Amino acid sequence: MEEATLNNNILAKLSDKFGEKVTAVSEPYGLLSFATTKDVIVNVLSFLKNELKFNFLTDITAVHYPGKDHGIAVVYHLNNMVEKVRIRIKVFISEQNPTIPTATTVWKGANWMERETYDLFGVRFEGHPDLRRILNMDDLGVHPMLKQYPLEDPNRVDKKDEFFGR
Amino acid sequence: MNHNHPVFTDNDPQSELVTLNLGPTHPATHGVFQNVLQLDGERIVSGVSTIGYIHRAFEKIAEHRPFYQITPLTDRLNYCSSPINNMGWHMTVEKLLNIQMPKRVDYLRVIIMELSRISDHIICNTIIGQDTGATTTFLYLFQFREHIYEIFEEVCGARLTTNIGRIGGFERDFNEIAFAKINKFLKEFPVALKEFENLLSRNRIFIDRTAGVAEVTKETALEYSWTGPLLRATGVDYDVRVSDPYSSYQDFDFEVPVGTSGDIYDRYLVRNEEMWQSVRIIEQAVEKLKSEPKGIFHADVPEFYLPPKQEVYNNMEALIYHFKIVMGEIDAPKAEVYHAVEGGNGELGFYLINDGGRTPYRLHFRRPSFVNYQMFAPMSEGMLLSDAIINMSSMNIIAGELDA
Repeated sequence: MEEATLNNNILAKLSDKFGEKVTAVSEPYGLLSFATTKDVIVNVLSFLKNELKFNFLTDITAVHYPGKDHGIAVVYHLNNMVEKVRIRIKVFISEQNPTIPTATTVWKGANWMERETYDLFGVRFEGHPDLRRILNMDDLGVHPMLKQYPLEDPNRVDKKDEFFGR
Repeated sequence: MNHNHPVFTDNDPQSELVTLNLGPTHPATHGVFQNVLQLDGERIVSGVSTIGYIHRAFEKIAEHRPFYQITPLTDRLNYCSSPINNMGWHMTVEKLLNIQMPKRVDYLRVIIMELSRISDHIICNTIIGQDTGATTTFLYLFQFREHIYEIFEEVCGARLTTNIGRIGGFERDFNEIAFAKINKFLKEFPVALKEFENLLSRNRIFIDRTAGVAEVTKETALEYSWTGPLLRATGVDYDVRVSDPYSSYQDFDFEVPVGTSGDIYDRYLVRNEEMWQSVRIIEQAVEKLKSEPKGIFHADVPEFYLPPKQEVYNNMEALIYHFKIVMGEIDAPKAEVYHAVEGGNGELGFYLINDGGRTPYRLHFRRPSFVNYQMFAPMSEGMLLSDAIINMSSMNIIAGELDA
């Protein structure tokens, strides 16, 4: 109950400030979750940080939904340590041109999280001070977490059923 | 140094700087870390960290595995405290499935998680001692990590990569020997920890090497999303066990130790005190277990809990459920869930998206070592090389958790 009131307050303040830009609000397992657009994401993050005490950036990652208009969701998890509330923000961006402003201007800790997201999903964070691959080698050429890349080479023959009498 | 470009050795004869490749397999770094450092004498001018040497694409693999097969992947994140990762993953799935655990299972889990926290902190703190030249302390306390592994061995059969427990509880009840070993540990460990502290905490050489070295303010630590003992050493009392209790941690009476200056000595003290608190929690859990009904080691959710083999062979329902769970055909809601546990190094988060398929649609690990480590190169600037080495030990960066 208390959690729900807190979330409603946060949502009211966000809607006041950003109006139409706050969409797809849901509350799975008590965690307030909403979507916004990439032109206001930095404003949303700094508003949450400075006005609503979401002082802690827990995580940045991305999800790929192939075949959609905006096929890549960049997901931010923030934490308000004082009131013990977490929040999730999603920004859906185009798969063909995956760009989004960097959050390193709000939190320095976003640096490696964004590098990881760039490495695995190819999301280009505009204004990032050092956007290089972080886990994979520089000349990998692909962004391996995108769904079109299979886990293993589907053409390899050493795992074909016929070789195992099946 | 320009962080935007890879570093090459500077051949300028006018330059007084030395380029040093620390790692990827340098004995002083206890893992696969590469840092290219520019040195002016013994002082670090700038550094660039390269990671990814043991990147195993767990997030990609997890998209192709049913839930119960992901547990062994989590073992290999922070392999110094695998059980915490395992439990964190089980609890994430249980949160998704809305399963309530019986209290007894929660308490058993708390015992296992606190034991692994102790073993994690033993590794970190004894290695700080080792790196400052105190091999004795390392040898004294490290023995107890072995005792903890023996307890794990009794509970699940494995020691390092434990794969302990199941979604829905434990695979078997703790036996008498396990409890005897836990009680023995509770009796002997405090004595050894006291001895360890006597050797190190007021040791002049140790204090000179660690106090005031690598100080971090709480603002900087929060800015860089630090969690765990590192954040607490700077004075922020954030602990997931308290702020977001899971597995009935709210039933326990314990304190969250904090430091003041965030230097290496504070981190050492915070970890030591956390070991004392973990001992307290385990003692309480053992006590609480006495009033819980015996023999309950899993929740009553046959459609999600992998049944014991004996039942699979003798009971038709168990066979059906076994088949469905192994094939990933369980009826999980289409939802997104974020669950965090307090790992040895900080907030270990699991962000799971389920689309109703046999495998997760997406699983992301929020790995504390990865987030903590990004500050290592910037904070090393201006530091002595030998201080940077103990700074890295005190951050307890585990390569498996760094790369996932």
